[in-house]
Amino acid sequence: MSKGKIRATQYAIFLTLLAALFATLSIASAQGPEPTDDEVNQIAKKLYCPVCENTPLDVCPTEACRQWREQIREMLIEGKTEEEIIDYFAVTYGERAAGDPRDKLRAYLIPVVAILAGTILLVRALQMWKKPKAAEAVIPAIEPKPVVHHDEYIARIEEELKKRN
Amino acid sequence: MAETTTPRRAVPLWIQITIWAFLVGLLAIVAMGLNRAQQGTVQPGQKIDDFSLTLYSGYELDGKTEIRLSDLRGKVVVLNFWASWCKPCEQEATELQEAWLEYQPGGEVVFLGLDYVDTETDARVYLKKFSITFPNGPDLATSISQYFRIRGVPETYFIDKEGVLRYVQVGPFVSIDQIRAQIDPLLK
Repeated sequence: MSKGKIRATQYAIFLTLLAALFATLSIASAQGPEPTDDEVNQIAKKLYCPVCENTPLDVCPTEACRQWREQIREMLIEGKTEEEIIDYFAVTYGERAAGDPRDKLRAYLIPVVAILAGTILLVRALQMWKKPKAAEAVIPAIEPKPVVHHDEYIARIEEELKKRN
Repeated sequence: MAETTTPRRAVPLWIQITIWAFLVGLLAIVAMGLNRAQQGTVQPGQKIDDFSLTLYSGYELDGKTEIRLSDLRGKVVVLNFWASWCKPCEQEATELQEAWLEYQPGGEVVFLGLDYVDTETDARVYLKKFSITFPNGPDLATSISQYFRIRGVPETYFIDKEGVLRYVQVGPFVSIDQIRAQIDPLLK
């Protein structure tokens, strides 16, 4: 092999290695540094264990939770934001996995509006129930007519009573 | 000096009603939760509503990545809920795969693995570990497991050719005969 060919091969190897190095560095920079346990738990505490109810993910000792925390770590390395990660968990594992409901308007506002609307309706219904109707109010009260007893026996008793008084 | 006492003001009616309405609503929610918890799984004899399942790549059914239960009408469906973190699931993994290999050539039975609250990475490790080849996919948003009201994993549901649930296995199978005993009567 000539000296020129050897030099060309050396250059080719050098350039290939340089390209590989740049590629590795660019992938590493795109992925970001390894997140700490604290960073993982910061997100994990906003999620809930899929198996044991009401246990935040950061303190849950089950294998399922360990896997989920690992998934959070991988997503952080991929450069996903906290919101993206929580959204992913809510979509993949259901709303109950996320501590806060995704659709806050629907979750908080609608029940309050429904309770208030129901209350107003109930109060109005009770008020109408208690008050006499307007139509009824204008009808003059009919005085009861004195009862006239034509019974001779009762008339005598009443006369006797008057005498005694 | 004469003491002045302020008369006690009654709580307005609308506030009282609001509080009562809120309490009654809260009780209703608790009651519904308790009722649901006591219901148990979907019972045999019930017609199963249609649902769709997205399958993991490499675990498709006849090349389809998304299937509906209604697509499988005319076949016996064995629906197995599992998870890679579930130790009892490992006890039955081999039996399920053996049963699948036994019934697959006939084309009358379809096994579907439903991966419950799992990560795909770990699920794939599990599937590879037990050489599972039958269609498998995640139970996205736990919608299917909620419909079946599963109490845990593993749980297996046997659905007949008309889409009616015939048997529920709670916990792992201990032998392949146990699986055969549920499938064979449904093929007659």
